[in-house]
Amino acid sequence: MTSSLRRTPLYDRHEELGARMVEFGGWEMPVYYVGINEEHRAVRARAGLFDVSHMGQLEITGSGAEALLRTALASDIDRLDEGQAQYSFLLNEKGGIIDDLIVYRLPDKTWLLIVNAGNIAADVAHLKGFKQRGAVVTDISDATAMIALQGPVALDLLADVWPKKTAAPDTLKPFTIVERVVAGVPCRVARTGYTGENGVEIMCAADRAGDLWDGILAHREHGVVPSGLGARDTLRLEMGYPLHGHDIDAKTTPIEAGLGRFVHLGRTFVGSTVLDKQVAKGVKRQLVGIQLLDRAIPREGYPILKDGVKIGTITSGTLSPSVDRGIGMGYVLPVHAAPGTTLQVDIRGRERDAEVVPLPFYKKES
Amino acid sequence: MSEESYPAELRYHHEHDWVRADGDEAVFGITWHAQDALGEVVYFEPPAVGSRIEADGSYGSLESVKAVSDVIAPLGGTVTAVNDKVVESPELVNESPYADGWLIRVKLDDPAAVDGLLDATAYQGLL
Repeated sequence: MTSSLRRTPLYDRHEELGARMVEFGGWEMPVYYVGINEEHRAVRARAGLFDVSHMGQLEITGSGAEALLRTALASDIDRLDEGQAQYSFLLNEKGGIIDDLIVYRLPDKTWLLIVNAGNIAADVAHLKGFKQRGAVVTDISDATAMIALQGPVALDLLADVWPKKTAAPDTLKPFTIVERVVAGVPCRVARTGYTGENGVEIMCAADRAGDLWDGILAHREHGVVPSGLGARDTLRLEMGYPLHGHDIDAKTTPIEAGLGRFVHLGRTFVGSTVLDKQVAKGVKRQLVGIQLLDRAIPREGYPILKDGVKIGTITSGTLSPSVDRGIGMGYVLPVHAAPGTTLQVDIRGRERDAEVVPLPFYKKES
Repeated sequence: MSEESYPAELRYHHEHDWVRADGDEAVFGITWHAQDALGEVVYFEPPAVGSRIEADGSYGSLESVKAVSDVIAPLGGTVTAVNDKVVESPELVNESPYADGWLIRVKLDDPAAVDGLLDATAYQGLL
């Protein structure tokens, strides 16, 4: 079984650190090193270092790149200057989400898409299917690695491995990307992440990933800890960030998922007519945040009930380490979607009281 | 986290549960292996005191951040106590699976059935 799983360039580091490895999206990835809760808290309080090399990296180049992305992406790439990024979607004709991604505008008419590990092949096939003249889609995933450094001290730590003659990392604005030599390794450094904390996602050549990882972990005095996909999942869930294949998929639209603010309505792109109609006429179901009132943990697949009648299904859930409550997301009829609505979750045969809450579940104290 | 161990004075069930029996009184818990496989335990749903539990049946559940696991009764009987400290602080199951992290006390239907369970050596042979 494990022989078919893929490994990142940092696999040996994970083994040395004693990580518990699990399958994720066809990859053998660390779920935790010490424990999910401890790593989660470290990221909220200090910093965590994540290997996210399983994520896909696609470069779109050529004279037709912009035309392809204008049609294929639901956001408006014309709003991006060089070095800027957007959260976006590849949609099908029905407005369903083939993948969610971040699109970066790089110098030299080059665009970078960071996509979900399990969707790389589908995304490439979809993009090539447009047969856009002059657009070249190159999957650079195998040649590249990506590390996420996230947490309140992430940018302070980064300053220690940052080129001295360039502006400090804390001058980088969110959703921007620059090229820098970090810890001696040529990298693309993006002020993006999936945790709700300040931080960066750093991309480099696959064969330099170990040097980058070691160079950052050499600065343990900041309190940085290697963190696994377990904490990555609880961190993103506390922020209400959807996970493709669970909270969103090819049968759900950004409007249903409450992600309409990331879509540029009024523009024509694949799926736009369905989204326009949903905005005008309303949706039949809506993704909401659900917090348990009882001490219990909602999980993917558990039925959501209102007065004994099933009104939806949990799409992902966990015990929130920050809020210390069971939290989850799921689709319900719009009539039940208002924050404060009480409902129940069927947790292995027992109805547990819960309520709809606004996202994110966790708000940083300021 | 605790060190891996399987105390010789306990008896074991193949579903990774242990029994400390004294006459018809017994204490149940999960083994070091079980808590390690589960990860950090964050929730224990216990049975009601006074409820009947059947050998090889589920009497409650333990949840980690990532997973839910039924807890299997090694022997049948009546629940006489629940470890409220584990309900309050589920991580005790990880920190001390054989002592502070015990789960329930049971009055056994058939104390002799303890002899049908695995000893520490036989249990470790399954791992």
